[in-house]
Parts: sequence; C-alpha cells; structure tokens
Amino acid sequence: MTFWAFQVLNGVSFGMLLFLLAAGLSLIYGVMRILNLAHGSYYVLGAYVALSVVRATESLLLAAAAGTAVVTAVGIFMERVLLRRLPRGEELPQALLTFGILLIVGDVSLWIWGGTPQTLPRPEILSQSVRLGPIVFPSYRLFVIGAGLAAGIGLWALQERTRLGAMVRAAIDDAEIARATGIDVSRLSTAVFALGAALAALGGIIGGPLLGVYPGADFEILLLAFVVVIIGGLGSLKGAFVGALLVGLLDNFGKALFPEFALFTIFAPMALILAVRPTGLFGARP
Amino acid sequence: MTRLGAAAGVVALSLLPLALTSYQLGLLTKMLIFGVFAMSLNLILGYAGLPSLGHAAYFGVGAYTVGLLAVKVVDHFWLDAAAGLLAAALTAALFGLLALRAHGSYLLMITLALSQVLWGIAFGWRWLTGGDDGLPGVPRPAAGLPFSLADGLRFYYLVLVVFALTAAALHVVVRSPFGRALVGIRENERRMEVLGYDTWLYKYVAFVLAGVVAGLAGVLFVYYNGFVSPVYLSIVFSATALIMVILGGAGTLLGPALGSAVIVFLENVISAHTERWLLVLGLIYVALTLFAPEGLLGLVARWTGRRAS
Amino acid sequence: MDGTARVVSALAVEGLTRDFGGLRALDRVTLAAAPGERVVILGPNGAGKTTLFNLVTGLIAPTAGRISLLGRDVTRLAPHRRARLGLGRTFQITTLFPRLDVLESVLLAVQGADGARFTLHRPVSAFPHLRERARALLDEWGLAGRAHVPTRQLSYGEQRQVELILALAGRPRVLLLDEPTAGLSPAETAAVAAMIRRFPRDLTLLLIEHDMDVALDLADRVVVLHQGRVLAGGTPDEVRKDARVAEIYLGVDDARG
Repeated sequence: MTFWAFQVLNGVSFGMLLFLLAAGLSLIYGVMRILNLAHGSYYVLGAYVALSVVRATESLLLAAAAGTAVVTAVGIFMERVLLRRLPRGEELPQALLTFGILLIVGDVSLWIWGGTPQTLPRPEILSQSVRLGPIVFPSYRLFVIGAGLAAGIGLWALQERTRLGAMVRAAIDDAEIARATGIDVSRLSTAVFALGAALAALGGIIGGPLLGVYPGADFEILLLAFVVVIIGGLGSLKGAFVGALLVGLLDNFGKALFPEFALFTIFAPMALILAVRPTGLFGARP
Repeated sequence: MTRLGAAAGVVALSLLPLALTSYQLGLLTKMLIFGVFAMSLNLILGYAGLPSLGHAAYFGVGAYTVGLLAVKVVDHFWLDAAAGLLAAALTAALFGLLALRAHGSYLLMITLALSQVLWGIAFGWRWLTGGDDGLPGVPRPAAGLPFSLADGLRFYYLVLVVFALTAAALHVVVRSPFGRALVGIRENERRMEVLGYDTWLYKYVAFVLAGVVAGLAGVLFVYYNGFVSPVYLSIVFSATALIMVILGGAGTLLGPALGSAVIVFLENVISAHTERWLLVLGLIYVALTLFAPEGLLGLVARWTGRRAS
Repeated sequence: MDGTARVVSALAVEGLTRDFGGLRALDRVTLAAAPGERVVILGPNGAGKTTLFNLVTGLIAPTAGRISLLGRDVTRLAPHRRARLGLGRTFQITTLFPRLDVLESVLLAVQGADGARFTLHRPVSAFPHLRERARALLDEWGLAGRAHVPTRQLSYGEQRQVELILALAGRPRVLLLDEPTAGLSPAETAAVAAMIRRFPRDLTLLLIEHDMDVALDLADRVVVLHQGRVLAGGTPDEVRKDARVAEIYLGVDDARG
C-alpha cells in the first residue's frame, strides 16, 4: 500500500514538472502554430543558469529569478528576431529553426558547464520529509506538486478570466479573425512565447534538485513533453494537465515495475491515442 | 538531369577513386551511403510533403538488424541484408499506421517520439545491443562473390552501384502516376481526395518505400563502418538527414545527395578542429531556414535566374 | 424518362444535420436533385450552404441524416470513394496546386479517374491517353495557351476556370459548384457563367451562388437555406416572389421581383 501511494505521489510530482513544459509548448503552438523544439533548451538552460547563480550567491531565490529571466530573454529574442522572419503557415522551417537552437544551446551548455550531471540544491525549509499517514514523503516533492497546481490554476485563470486570456483564446481559434477584431497578435505572440519560455525555465529550476541537469536532458524532457501533448492535444491547457499527469504516472510506474520496458508504458497509450484520436484527448480539430 | 548527365556522373564517380587517398575514398563512400538515406527521406518530405523527424528509425533498424545477425547469429550477406530490409519495412509499416493520420506538427512529434522508442531500446537493452557502447565487430560482407569486399575500393563500387540503382529507381517512381500523385497531395491534399485519390494509401506506400530505402542505407552503413551505436537512431541523426535534404534542395532528385556530401564533408573538416560540431550544425539549421529555405540548388537557381533577367 | 416510373435522384439528402459543438450548422435538411437538373442553393452567409457541400462531398461527417448518390447510400463513404462514384466539386476558396502548372494540374485530375493512377514503375508519359485528354480539356475550355503557367501566377478569373476544369476532368455525373463566380469581375463572371451553360446537359448541378442574376438564369430549381434549414424551394420565379425569401436574403426593398 505504501509502495503504491509513494509511487503515485512521485508520478504526480514528475507530472507537474512535465505540465510546466507541456503547457508552454501547447500554448505557443495554439497561438502561433509554432512547434518549439527549443523548449527542451529552456528547461536545461534555466537549470544551468540557476546553478551558476546559486553557486555564486548562495541565494536560491536569486538563482530562480536569474534562470527564468535569462531564458525568457532568449525566448523573446527567438520570437522577435528569428521566428518572425520565417514564412507563416509552413511548420517545418519553424521546427527546424527551433531545433537548430536546441542544438546550439545544448552544445554551448556542454561547453560552459561540462558533461558531468549536476543537481541544484534544495532550499533548507524543504529538505525535510513529511509524514502523510503511513508514508513518509519528501517535502520538496510536495512543493513541486503544489507549484504545478498553482501554475495550472494560474494559467487557467489567465485563460478564462482575463482579457489577455480572452485574446489568447481568440487567437487559438483563428488568428486572422483575432487580428481583424483589433487584437495585437504580434505583441500577444511575444507575450505568449515569453510565458512559455518562463514556464519551461521554472520547470528546469524546480526540477533541478530532483532530476538534475546533464547533457541530453533537453532531448529527454522534450520527448516526454511531446508525448504529453500528443496524448492531451496541442493547444489545450486541460490536455496538457491531464496528459502530463498520465505520462508522469506511467513513466514512474514503468520505471518502478518494468525498468527494461519503461519506454513502452508511455509508448502504448500514445499509440492508442494515435489510433483512436489522432489529435489527442482535448486537441483541436485537425 | 538528363540521361547523359547521369551517365557522366556515374562515370566520374567510378573514376574518382583513382585520385583519392584511401581515407578520402572512405569519406566518399560515406557520402554516397548517406546520399541514399537522404534521397529516401526526400521521397516523403520533398515529394509527398510529409515532415518526419524520425527517419533515422529505419536506417538504424536496418543497421542494427544486420549488425546483430552478422555478429551474433550468422554472417551471411544476402540473408542478413534481406533481414535488415525486411525489418526496416516492417518498422515503417507499423510506424506509418500510427503516424499518418496526423499532419504538420503532429506528424513531426509523432515520428520523433516513435523513433525515440527505438533509440531507447538500443540504448537501454545493453544485453542485446551493447547500449551506448554500440555493437562492434561487423565484418565486411562475404557476398558469395569471387572477391572479397573487405577492400575499401571494392566496397566503394558496391556502394556506388547501389546508389546509382536507387537513384534510378526513385527517378522512375517520381515520374510515375504514383509519384505525381504524391506531389499533388503535397500541394493540396483535400483537392486530391475530392478528385478520387485515396490520399492516405499513397502516403502510406511512400512512407514504407522510404523506410525500406533508408534501411538499405543502414545496411550498407553497418558494413562500411563495422560498428553501429544508438547515435544512428537518434533525433540528431534524423534531423541531420532533414538538413541534408533541405540543404541540397527538397523535391529535386539528387539535391539530397548533394546535401549529404556537403554535410559529411563539413562534419569531417570541422570535427578535426573542434568538438563543437553540434553547435555548427545548429547554426547551419538556423542559417538555412532563415536565408536559404530552398537549399543550395534553390539558391543557384535564384542567382542564375536573377542574372538572366 | 417514363413519367410513371420512379426516377432515382442523382443526389438526395435526407434529414441531414451537422452540429459543431453547441452550434447547429445544418438542421434536418432534405432535398433532392433529379438527373440533369440544375439546382441553385441560395442563402445568406452562415446559412449552412458550404457545410452542406462539405457533408455531401464527405469532408466532414453528418451528426444525423443520410446522403445518397445515384441511388446509392454514401453517408459513410470516404471522399475519394464518392468521387469515384461520380461526384465532383469546386471550392469557394480556390484550391489548386500552387507550384504546378495548368497542364500538370489537369493531368492529375484526369489521372484521378483512371486506373493508371496507382502505377509506380512506369512514367506518366507511358500513358499518352492521360495527357491527350488533359490537352483536349484545355482546348475545349480555352486555356490551352496557359498550359505551362504555374497556377499561382494565373489571374483570379483563370484560376476559377481551372477549378472548374479540374472538377470536370473526372467526368462526374453530379457536380457541386461552390460560388464559382465569387470575387470575379462582371466580364469574368459572364465567362464562367457561359462555361457552366456549356456543361453536358445530363450533368446534375448543385450550385451555390451569390450573384442572383447568374443563379436565377442557370437554375431549374432553387432551394433557399436560412440558419441551417430549408426555408423555401421552387422554380426561380416562385422563389423570386416569395416574401420570406425577400425579407431575409434579398433585402426588404427587392420583394418586387
């Protein structure tokens, strides 16, 4: 019993990290029809920058802020300077450009921070374990779950309750009509891209103490984020949340129960969704 | 490319070894093998308009199947090569069923994810594949010919023959009604459906065909290299194939082969001076998509067009 | 046709309904076209006309109702199967092959109705009858001089004409034309209308049109859609005089016919 409860909480906490990534990825695609492969870079770059800052200043708060700021700046640069120059409506050039950034950031990170896996330190107050009924659970993981839920609620409120959210929803439905009704799609695009980048950076920073950061982590997390949006549907916040929980749990249980076949526990549901609903559980019409 | 041009090209490639060192010949062999790989991707990307980030899957399956059989089971060229092609075909047949109901970015993600599953197997099942260390010790094929193919020159000619036959076969397919239909599907799939074409079926057949040819390249490669590792199932390798196609010119028959020659050459030169090959590759991606989306052949066409007008 | 025998409609829809989330775009629409009949579908924007065409073509699935083509139930058939049974269609927004030239485009359309279309191992040039038919079509409809022009470089009027030729290439028995004269100048409109008048008389036509003169001139019968439902139907004269139609579609001041 305790084993299962532990695994479920572990899976949920991992799922929340995935949600931070998938939400940004999904949002960027929904508004701008860009599949941002550099999202994996945002994750590791956030973690690496935070690592350097915390080593220099001993302040995790400052590190988190710095990591997020740097990555957000990279995201804004990518959107305004690079992606804007590409022809609209063609998805492959955009994917390739963002993939180029993925390679560049990955190699530069290897150059600067080296190839040894590193972990971010946990904050003092969250280093204890907490007793939840019969199980003892690291409080940091609870923090991660809380952070993910907070982000989810925040994003949902933003989407449903605010003017910005209304504009995003309109742009997701139809960018042309949104533009016609006076929405500054250009500024909106930059804002959305920045938000997505920031979320991914936070994912890397919050996940740093748990998963560490190492060469190749960008590809691994990107792949999982893809599986999440394939299952949940590109462009849907609900889909990102449900998909992330599912993938987080499946990945965790897969690694715990059948480590040799861990990839298949994710692959099988993904294949099922592809066969039954190719655009995901909550995805937009094809 | 006219028949005369093609013949001249084959003759040139046949004579070229006389001027090259054995190291350079090895490089040229690699260029031709990757040329076959890139041409296979071009069939679905350039002609049918299907963006795939997982084409390495079929290359890797072909390579690993031959490698595993040759090293662990029986070293018999025709048997092993046929098994490699069959494995690649079956993989493409399976993956095609899963991927082809999707379009655009979904297709990119799905092909990537599917190929990553295979990468994960190659990486994780050390007992089978040697994991990250790879699978060494694949001998040059003893193809039942009166001479050995272990010699670099002879192996080069084998590869050249396969390359030329593949190019010729693709040339026929691309100009067939099937091939023209693929182009129509790329330009406007909905229109094609309404004109009576079962577009999914066309895409599927093209996908499996491309997978088999990619597997062929993989088979050749593992014999050439004597060694295979998960790198050849990785996203970076799939994306490198994409860059080769786009660099050379998607939708032209030999453009991808040109692109592969350029990339193999660049990698060789740059890796000799720095470890930052991936950084350079990334910069090439960014530069290519921003400044030369039609590839080198497209650039040339634009310049000559400008001078003519 | 023997007047007492039951004539099989060329195209018939029964109770056709389509919902998009909470919006009912088409509500229990029933209509039929006899072989060779020219039926014009009128209605303001959002009335469901293009949705009707998309359902009949098979690009979207109905929420309820049936569709039959030449006596055969095609409600569940894929678009390409309906095309093979003799259904052709043009689109309101020109859907051509941007980078292909006119001849190549028509060639694809001709090929679509031919068994040769699956051939992998022989070039298209090995089937000269395809090219000949493509050229014949271009000659017949006056576009032979533009054969090698990429379709995206054609004038809008020419593009609409190519759109029509593509639909005719497969020798359809039933043809759906979605606003063929939309966005055309008066001269171009007249040219397209003349083209439609020259279509084989046994070809059944369903036409969505906004240009009232063209519509009422070509029509044997008119069906008016409004908010997803059939509002009125009849001969052009009857519809012209129908007060309900005048009110919602033509504008209040046109009721005088």
